[in-house]
This record gives sequence, C-alpha cells and structure tokens, in this order.
Amino acid sequence: MKSNSFLYFIKEGVTSVFNHGFMSVATIAIMMACLIIMGGFTLLSANIQEMISTLESQNQVVAFVDDSLTDEEARSLSDKILTLDNVDTVEFVSREQAMNKFLRKYQDNTLFNDIDPTVFRHRYVITMTDIEGMEALQNDLYRVPGIARVNAHLEISRGFVTVRNIVAAVSLVLTIVLLVISVFIMANTIKLTTFSRREEIAVMKMVGATNSFIRWPFVIEGLFLGIIGSALAYLVTWGVYEILYTRAQNSATFAFVNLVRFSQYAVPMLIAYAAIGILVGVISSSTAIKNYLKI
Amino acid sequence: MIKFKEVYKTYENGTKAIRGINLDIDDGEFVFLVGPSGSGKSTLIKLITGEICATSGLVEVNGFDMTAIKRRQMPKLRRTLGVVFQDFRLIDKKTIFENVAFAMRVVGAPSKEIKARVEYVLELVGLAGHSDSYPLELSGGEQQRVAIARALVNNPSVIIADEPTGNIDPARSLEIMRLLEQINELGTTVLVVTHEKELVNRFAKRVVVIDSGRLIGDGVSGYYSYEE
Repeated sequence: MKSNSFLYFIKEGVTSVFNHGFMSVATIAIMMACLIIMGGFTLLSANIQEMISTLESQNQVVAFVDDSLTDEEARSLSDKILTLDNVDTVEFVSREQAMNKFLRKYQDNTLFNDIDPTVFRHRYVITMTDIEGMEALQNDLYRVPGIARVNAHLEISRGFVTVRNIVAAVSLVLTIVLLVISVFIMANTIKLTTFSRREEIAVMKMVGATNSFIRWPFVIEGLFLGIIGSALAYLVTWGVYEILYTRAQNSATFAFVNLVRFSQYAVPMLIAYAAIGILVGVISSSTAIKNYLKI
Repeated sequence: MIKFKEVYKTYENGTKAIRGINLDIDDGEFVFLVGPSGSGKSTLIKLITGEICATSGLVEVNGFDMTAIKRRQMPKLRRTLGVVFQDFRLIDKKTIFENVAFAMRVVGAPSKEIKARVEYVLELVGLAGHSDSYPLELSGGEQQRVAIARALVNNPSVIIADEPTGNIDPARSLEIMRLLEQINELGTTVLVVTHEKELVNRFAKRVVVIDSGRLIGDGVSGYYSYEE
C-alpha cells in the first residue's frame, strides 16, 4: 500500500465517521449499550463469586489433639499441619481458651460453673484455600500423629462447591450468550449504516477501484467507531460502578458485603472492551459492504 | 475498441434482452445508441462495463475479452472506460474537486498530479470556479459536467454516457452533447445512449438503433428514421 493511499484511507475513514454523523452515533450507542450490559454482568458475577469465596474462607476444620500429648507436644503440631496441602491458616486453641469460649457461650447456665479445663482438648482451627478439598484435608489431618479427631462440615463444603460451580457455569453461559447477541446487534447496526452507501460503492467500482481500495476506509471507520464506542462504554462502566461501590460501602444494608474494587478488573475489562469493540467494528464494517462489492 | 459478435443475453428470469447483436465501434468514433425503453440499451452498456456477462457470443472491450475476464482484471478494464450516468451519481458529501479527484486516487496517482489534472479537467468542462462546491449546490447540467469530468480525468479510451441528458433541460442537453463531441475530437471514443431523437439529428454522427434486443439500424444520423 502506498503511503499517500494509506493517508487517504485514514482521512476518508475519519471523515466518514463525521459525515455520517447520525449513523456513527447510532453505531457507537448500540456498541456502548452492549458492552455496558456485558461489563455490568461480568462485574455482578465477579461480586457474587467474591462473596461466595468470602463465605468459604470462613469455613473451618477443627482438629482435636490427643489428650496424651503434653502442652509442648500439642503446640508443636502446628508446623506439621502447615505442611499439609490446602491449609491456609492454622490457629492453636488451648483447652483453657476453649473452656473460656464455651463458658462465655453458656454463661447463663449454672450447670457448667464448676467445669474443669481438662474436659476440653487442645485443638487447631484450620482454614482452607479451597473448600472443595475439605474431605481430603480431614483425611490428611487424621494421618498426623497426635491428632485424635477432626471436625469438618463436609455437607456445607459440598453445598458451597455446588453453588460456586452453578454460579460459574451460569455466568459463563450468560456471558457467551450476551457476547453473541451483542456482536449480532453491533454487526447488524453497522450493516444498516453501510446500506445507504451502496451507491457510493457502485460509483467507486465503476471508476475502477479495487475491492481493497473501497474496503480500507470502511475498515478504518469501523476501527474508529470501535475505539470510540469501547472507550466511552468503559468510562461509563467505571464511573457507574464507582458510584454504586461508594453507595454500597456507605449503606447499612450492604455493610456486610465485601464488594470487589473496579481496579481489580480494570485492565482485563479494558482489554476485553477494546478487543470486542475494535474487532466487531472492523470485521462488521468490512463484511457489511461485501455484497455491494459484487459489481 | 468495442466488438460484439453474435451476442445473446438472457436474464435468469428468462427475459431475452439481447438477441444476436454484431457491432464494431472503432477507436475515436462517436456513436449514438438509440432505442425505446426495454430495447436492451442498458443491457448492452452493462455488457461493456462488465456489470453482467453475455450468455453467449463474444464481447471485447479495449482488448479485454469480457466473456472470460477475471474478477481481479475488472478494475483494470474499468480504468480504460469513463462512465456517465443519467442520475450523475456524484457523492453528495464530497466537494466537486474530490468527486473528480477520487477517480484518480483509485489508480494511485500522486497528489500533485491529481491537483493539476483535476483543475485542467474542470476547466475543460467549464466548471473552473466550482472546485469547493458540493454537488447539490449545482444545477443538473453542472452536475452532469462534473460526472463527465470524473469520467474524463483518467484519460480513458472510451467514454460511455448512459442517457446523459435525461435529467436536464433541452438547452443544457445540447451543451452536454457539444462537450462530449469536443471530448471525442480530442481522440476519445464516445458512446452515447439516448432516446432524444431531435438531439441525435442535430449531430452528423453514427447512430446504432436497437429494438427488442436486435440491431435494427446502423448509419449516420441524417438517415436516422427510427420511430419510437
């Protein structure tokens, strides 16, 4: 491609965005709407998954130490437990601490007033990195010499895993469906906008323009529309999310909910927006005129 | 040079638009192609410009065999032709200069050459001061001149004008015909499709008459006795 042709294509492409102002605005608006719906949904499912993982991390396994071990021996088990797979944190709770906690819980009940600490065992409270491995961890803990019993709520772990998998699968399917619908809508909007230009293309063909000469300005126009549409959609998504985030943080209702920060997803979302916007813009523009080139 | 040998064209819907036409147009000729609506004039033009392909027979245009031309050769053929349409087909959002220059950009001409040539051609068609105007700011006759300038700018060997005066008043029609005659005097072959009998008779040129897809007359316009 000659350099003066390239400059001409860029000039034509950009001029065309402004010359067909209404069509450009329509394309950008549709593109923005589609990207914002997709982005909003992605952020929503990210928040749901974050909430699930927060709840998951609060699930604990309690390993009781054999009574025959001395205090020192009981405390030394911590290192062994930490070497096990899927262990996030390990907290040693002595039998005295356990008793105090028990007494606080039943302080109104005089029956337990004279209880002896030796009734309780030393124990470890363990959190996991992945709740799915709770049963495996329970088995591992049983193999640690000095651990007498392990309390693990396997049914809760299974429940969480099911919910997490369902949420992940539904999010994935809905994201793909939204992506397909969005691409279809954006491509058709661009196709409609080029319909009015079939005469212009016919004239170009009649003066001996090659197909690539005709297509380039459309590709560049699509590229610009894609960049503008995705940039605006990104800014709107960002702005609206920040407003909702601030409101949620300040509201009593949502105080317990730990929302994700936009910054955590800023880069991947920017890449996704730009990629979808630009690809849809360029591919739709260049394929939309395909039929008009057959003269 | 344009050559038709035993050319037939039947459309997919069964319409027989051209039935066995033989025709030779030599370099530098000025030819009127006349005939009533639906006689096959437009089909004949489309066969020359490569918009459609003949069902049988031979069509040769400026050395290209139109029955065997490849898609990628089409731009090369069209650069040897200048086409003028009844409805001008100018691009409304481009200036007059750009409408004409654009035909040269297509062939990759350098900007300097484009500027000089477009100014020259606009002067030739009498629109020297209108470079920065837009098509809709001009009269019908002026718009047709722009279309002629665009057809002319790449120095084609053949200019095909399809009803060039169909949308303009009689006085301007004569001017347009004179302009085409002038262009022909400079050496370009000119083929004008029209059904304006009076206009044709004012010029002593070759007239080819077709009706129902058949060639029914070929002679100098003084002998043009075809009745619509």
